[in-house]
Parts: sequence; structure tokens; C-alpha cells
Amino acid sequence: MANFLLGRLVQSLVLLFIVSVIGFAVLHLAPGGPLAQFALTPGISHAELARMAHQMGLDQPLPVQYWAWLRRLLGGDWGHSYRDNQPVLAVILGRLPATLELMATAIVIAVLTGVWIGVMGAIRRYSIFDMLATIGAMIALSIPTFWFGLIVIYIFSVNLGWLPPGNRSTIGGGGGILDYLHHLIAPAIVLALVEVAVWSRYMRASMLDVINQDFIRTAHAKGLPARTVLWHHAMRNALLPMIALAGVEMPTLLGGALVTETVFTWPGMGRLLLDSLGYRDYPVVMGILMVSALLALLGNLAADLLAAVADPRIRLR
Amino acid sequence: MAQEPLLEVSHLSVTFATENGPLPAVRDVSFRLSAGETLALVGESGSGKSVASLALMRLVPPAPRVSLGGSAHFCAADGSRHDLLALAPDAMRRLRGNEISMIFQEPMTSLNPVHRIGEQIAEAIIFHQGASHRAALARAGELLEKVGIPDAHRRLSAFPHHLSGGMRQRVMIAMALACTPRVLIADEPTTALDVTVQAQILELLKELQHANGMAVVFITHNLGVVAEIADRVMVMYAGLIVEEGAMVPVMTRPRMPYTRGLLHSVPRIDPETLGSAPLTAIPGTVPDPLHLPPGCAFAPRCAHAEPACAAAPPPLEPAGEGRLVRCRRWRALAEAPA
Amino acid sequence: MSAAEALAPAPPAARPRSRAWRRFRRHRLALFGAAAIVVMVIAAAAGPWLIPFDPLHIDLRHRFQPPAGGGHLFGTDQLGRDLLIRLLMAGRISLTIGFAAMTVSTAFGTVVGITAGYYGGALRIALMRFVDAVLCFPQIFLLLVLAAFIQPSIATLTLIIGATSWMEVARVVEGQVRSLRERDFILAAETLGASGRYVMFRELLPNAIGPIIVAATLTVARAILMEAYVSFLGYGIQPPMASWGNMLNNAQEYLASAPWLAIFPGAAITLAVASFNFVGDGLRDALDARLDLH
Repeated sequence: MANFLLGRLVQSLVLLFIVSVIGFAVLHLAPGGPLAQFALTPGISHAELARMAHQMGLDQPLPVQYWAWLRRLLGGDWGHSYRDNQPVLAVILGRLPATLELMATAIVIAVLTGVWIGVMGAIRRYSIFDMLATIGAMIALSIPTFWFGLIVIYIFSVNLGWLPPGNRSTIGGGGGILDYLHHLIAPAIVLALVEVAVWSRYMRASMLDVINQDFIRTAHAKGLPARTVLWHHAMRNALLPMIALAGVEMPTLLGGALVTETVFTWPGMGRLLLDSLGYRDYPVVMGILMVSALLALLGNLAADLLAAVADPRIRLR
Repeated sequence: MAQEPLLEVSHLSVTFATENGPLPAVRDVSFRLSAGETLALVGESGSGKSVASLALMRLVPPAPRVSLGGSAHFCAADGSRHDLLALAPDAMRRLRGNEISMIFQEPMTSLNPVHRIGEQIAEAIIFHQGASHRAALARAGELLEKVGIPDAHRRLSAFPHHLSGGMRQRVMIAMALACTPRVLIADEPTTALDVTVQAQILELLKELQHANGMAVVFITHNLGVVAEIADRVMVMYAGLIVEEGAMVPVMTRPRMPYTRGLLHSVPRIDPETLGSAPLTAIPGTVPDPLHLPPGCAFAPRCAHAEPACAAAPPPLEPAGEGRLVRCRRWRALAEAPA
Repeated sequence: MSAAEALAPAPPAARPRSRAWRRFRRHRLALFGAAAIVVMVIAAAAGPWLIPFDPLHIDLRHRFQPPAGGGHLFGTDQLGRDLLIRLLMAGRISLTIGFAAMTVSTAFGTVVGITAGYYGGALRIALMRFVDAVLCFPQIFLLLVLAAFIQPSIATLTLIIGATSWMEVARVVEGQVRSLRERDFILAAETLGASGRYVMFRELLPNAIGPIIVAATLTVARAILMEAYVSFLGYGIQPPMASWGNMLNNAQEYLASAPWLAIFPGAAITLAVASFNFVGDGLRDALDARLDLH
């Protein structure tokens, strides 16, 4: 298992390196590069810009610049926001909890319902339920998240008045945990929709794969009740490939979170990205890109770890 | 053996519903099995032998995808008789793995990869006998010892991937024997194994059978194994029994041309000359079960077929020495040299 | 495999193309999707000529006409513009970008995938690791960042959507090519002295075409969705030009008073995306290409 994890760790580091190169390239691809903001300052002279470029090391060869940038990044110096000169890392970390809270809730909803739908579809293959679930999943994958958000707001906030149309808590506060949960329901469900579809499809395929395996026949041959065969023998095997899916789905979930946050004015990282883009606040934009890729890498690594714990076959290698 | 048969199968038929129409996998199979007896079920793949055994275990998909016909009366340990094909699913489940159990062909994939083997053996004991988890595990340890797994009690916590194919098949046997069944169906249990391991497993089955007096249905296409283990032989072709009888006459003086063909396609070494006997394969292939010939299913491949064979299906008829043969020409062929 | 499947004889070999078509026809959702795509393309292409309104004509006296009001079948928006004509004009843009971005990403992904799969070794590892790395970023993040740097237009949006959605195709093609490469006929072509490029495009590509078609179809769906996201968020097609996405970015304000402004464009996106997803699914069944759904 140590070898397996070490291999995965090395792989992640390689990916992290490439990811950082992509991030660096995007920032330097921007018209005007990192200096773009200052170039717009009225009355700034070429000489002054050149001086700043030299000060920031922008006249150095790109590999040298990359190395300096990476060292600062690893040292925790992610630069300062153009908007309010706050350290980028602090700005992002201030917004991250709201996003993670939204994502975590959505993934719990998605895994529970998606797995249930997938299992039911697999054991009642080609039933009415299975067909509706299949069509429903395809449609859910086709609905734009923001539109679904608008529909939910229209029905549950505008018409029924059951759920607040946005924000993380009632402005002015004082509502306590229930107030938070009340605000969480709609955005979490909206974000979860696509993931429910994905999970139900993969779970169905995985379950179908498992229930046709020889060891399931063995379990039946032992005379075990169908329910025991399903939950004790099939479920665990069918869930194993799903662990990897959880890791892979991280970027999709994060992208969905950005859109959901916009619709529900949720004060998370996605909104921060949009705001920063509006201000051409490149250091923050860069920081968010790096954090999002880092989350994806961590998600994959966590999935690998979990798989190693859950699958006894991995332990030996 | 003139006892009351443990299992009496009459006119068993298994038909799969397919996109291209009904597919008769097993047709009109009848046999009796007494305690302590070993019946070998022989045939090429696709002859219906595995399907017939899965049908007896009720492990085929439910209707309407598969329809079962005929009856299979089983005499349970408490003396009650049940028709396995008509039994309610719950009642069938209580017999399965308890009084009738089955070993499968693929030891590498027949064990659940994520559960420890001790647990996998114990769960049948817990379920059928209501044993405590602890007692069941202790019993599982004894069973592993009995099937010849070294260091058995420590192996209880092993996962299947820790074990070789031969060891896994022993675990499968231990699992099948966990509740001391009256009938064991072994579906090619040694096919996937090395020859030396094969011999050990056969030896083990014989020993265990001797100790418990259980009846065994041994499914194989390996005639060497048949000679080793069987009391009686039943040869199947295209879902039908084509020859049935005591092992020695069937194996030494086969009446049905198909049985002869099978025997001639087994490589043998003449101990006196150390030369190999001439090997002849049966020409042609098994007929498509969706388009069976109107007459004898074997006629298109049979060297002795005459027009009458292809015209109407031959009956299964007694052919002396207590055997049954499904061949129009067995009398003529009995006089000719094999 | 169940006993029934094990026993069932292989169906007689029909010509692969007619068999694929037969299987596709059996897939009702795919047929529905194909029909919906044809209708949408025709409506977007020809519809604007048949409707007596100008998509950009502002008529403040007739703002917020509900559907079927005042001769406007789908109503009017906050500036009194006819919603139906705007939907159809937006459809032209969304469908164009969808197809064009698919072409860009499929071409690029195919080249990357074939190169990686054919040459193997260090080149394969480098290319596929790059694919993995790009997939670490949420596509919408990359799109927004790129869109913020450039002047958004149909062409640039097509390019950046294509540039952020080729990875799946590359993976699919790489896997196909790598398995095909081991087969005899490629070896035979090489033994006969065919050049690398010849083998790649004349021998490998035609054999990997099924999965590429499926991936391409699903990419159209994804590209339409991505265009909608970016335009909704304000970095895509700019007003007054209409796209399904940007028609929705004002709709939230008027959700209570004029819900149709939100309902129609969103339904149009969903219908278009779902249609391509259905067709992709049908093609996957028909061509026997096992692929991920997204």
C-alpha cells in the first residue's frame, strides 16, 4: 500500500507542476501581463512601467520568472489583490468555507440519492422506474445550473415563499444554525442536480457490472436472502469504483458551485472569481485558479487513499 | 442401491426467452440420484448440463426470461419431499446452500473479493443454522482444515486474493459443505485448475462424500475425471440426454455414436507401446439451439447417420446393462467395432 | 454474463453500418433528439424571415407583454423586443458556436490523442499528463478567465470553448489508438513501409471513428451549455446581440413579474443540450462505443 500511495503522491506532484505552469502561462498570456492594471493608470509613463517591470522581475527570462513565482507561491506569498491590496491567500481563504459548505452538502445529497436511484435502476433494469431515471438523468445533465436555480427561486421563493432567494443567512443575522440551513437548502439542491444524474448513471452501470459477477451467484447459491446479497455482497463492490468518481467530479462540482453562487448570491469563491474578473484583479483570479486545481488534486488523492482503505486488494501491492 | 432416491428429476426443461424466440437449453431430462451416489453429467459446452444444474438450484433468471418445465422432487433431511422447481422462493432459499449446494467452475471469481474468506463461509452457517458468529467462524475453521488448507484457522481472515486458484476452490468446497448438504452439484470444479491440484480436489471430494454420504452431481467434459469419480454417467447433447447408465459399460462400451466420439477425442497413451492412440475429433459443431434439426440433433455430425435419423427424433430407449440410449441405430452399431 | 447470454448464438453478421442504423432507430430518445435538432436548425435558419419583428427593435410602449399578447407569441422583454425572434436569432449563435467549438475541440483532441497513442513512450506520458492537468481546472473557470482577457465574439468564444473542451476526446482517441496499434493490420501497414502520418490518419483514424463521433456529439451539447454559462455570467456574447445565455442574465430581476423571460431561453438551452445528449447516447449504443456521459 505504501508503494501505491507513494506512486500516487508522485503523480500528484507532477500534475501540480503542470498545473502551476498552466496557471503561470494564463497570467502571462493576459494582454499586458501582470502589469495590465497599472498600464491603465492615467498618466503613468513608459519609464515608470519599465521600472515596475524590473522591480517585479518581469524583464527576466520566463523560466526565471516562473521559478521565482513558484517559490513565492510555495512560501505562501500569493501576491496582493489589486482591489484592496489584501493578501490573495487571505482573501480566498475567507471565501472558501462558504463554497466548501455548499459543495459538501450538495455531494452528500447527490451521493445518497444518486446511489439509491442507480441501485434501484440496476436491480429493476428496464422497469418504468429505470427508464424514467435514465431519461431524467439525461435531462438533468442538460439543464443549465443557473436556469434550474432561477426556476427553483421562482417556484419556492417567489411563488411559495418557502425558501429565501439567496444569501448564506438572513441579513442582520441572529437566525442561528436553522437560518443557515434554511438558506442552504435551495442552492445545495440546485448544485446537486447534475451530480445526482452523474452518480445515478455510474452507480447503475457499476451495480449491473457487479450483479452479473460469479461471486454474486455464489452468494445466492449459499441461500442468502436477496437483500443480504444486495447490501452485503454487491453494494460494497459496486461502491468501490464510485470512490474514484468522487475524486474526478471535484472540478465539475466547483464549476457548478460558481454558477450556483452567482444565482443565489452565495458569498463563496465562485462569486469572488467573478467579482475579481470584473476588476481585472489578476492576482486573485490566478490564486483562485490555483486553489481550484489544488482542490481537484486533493480530491483525487483523498479518493486514492479511501480506495486503498476500502479495497483489500490494494493493500498487498 | 435400491433406496428411496434423494433427488428425482422428471422431464426437466429449461427455455430461455431471447430476442430471436424461445431457446430450449434443456429438453426432457429425467434422472434419479440416491444417497452416496455420484452422477457424472457429461457434454460439450452448450449441451445444457450447466443450465440443468443451475435450474435445479433455481439460480437461473426468473420467468418470463426463463421458463422451467417438469419436476424435481427432493427428499429433505426431515423426510419431507419438495418439488424444487415449484417451491416458493423463500422455501427454496432455505434449502439452497443448506441441503443442496453447488460448487462453480471459476474459483478465481466466485469468491467476493472484499470479504474475508472466514466470513464468507460462516455466513451460510449463521443464516441456515442460526449459529452465533463466533461458533460459525470456529466451524469455518474446521471446514478449512477438512478441505486441506494449511494453517486453516489463521487463513480465516485472509482475503480471496491472498489465495491461489486451488486454495480458492477448496474454500468454495468448504463453503458448499458448510451445512453438510445431502446433494452437492459440482459444475466443472477442477477445469480451471492445474492437473495436480485437480487430482487433489477430486480426492478430497471423494473422501468428503464417503464421510457424509452425500450424493454428488459432477458436471464435466473431462472423461478422465468421469472414470475417476462417477458411479453413473449421463451424456447430454443439445439439451437432451443421449446416453445414460452405469459408468463402466458407458465408458467401455458406449452405444451412442456421440459418446464414442467423445471417448475417441480424449488423448490416451497405450501403456505397452507408449505410443498415443489415434485421436479423432468429432466433425462439425453443436447445432444452434434456435434452429435444431427435426430429427436426431447429432445426425448432422454422425458418421453412422442414415436418412431416417434426420427425419424424426429418436426415442430414449433401454439398451441393456441398465442403460438408456437415444439412437435409432444402437443395435446395428453395437455389433460393429467401436 | 448470464446463462442466456452465454448460450445465445451470435446474431448473423449484418453489414456494420446498417446494423448501427438499426440500433440507432430503436433508440427512441435519440430519434427524438435528432428530430429536435433538425427542427431547431431549420427554425433558427429560416424562422427570422417569417416573423415580422426586428430582434433589436426597441418598443418601450410594449414592454413585458406576456406570451401571446399583442401579436407576440412568446411575449416581449424589458425593452419591448419580441422574445421569439430573439430566441431564434440566439439559436443561430448558440448552435453555430456549439458546432464550431465541437469541430475545433474534436480536431485538436483527435490530433493529441492519435499522437499520444501512436508514438507512445515519453510523448504519450507528457501529453496525457497535460490532459490530466487541464482537467484539474473547472472548465467554466478557465473559460471565464480566458474570456475576460479577450474581446468576446462568436469566433473567439468558439476558440476558447474549443480550447477548454478537447481533453475528453483526446483521452478517448488515445485509448482507442493504443489498443488498435497492437492489432495486426497496423503492424502490417508499418511492415509495408507506410509512414507514421499515413498510418495515423489512414489506418488508425478510420478505426477510431465511432468513439470520436460519439464524443463529438456530446461535445456539441457541452459547448452549447458552456456558451450559455459564459454569456449568462456576462463574459460571452454581448448585448444587444442575443444568445440564450445572455437573454437570461437580466431575467432574474424580472423573475416575479415576467417569468417567461427566464422560462423560454432556459427551455431552449435544455432542449438543445438534451437533444445532442440523446443523440450521443443513441450513437454510443449503435456504434458500441463505451464512453463516459460527460
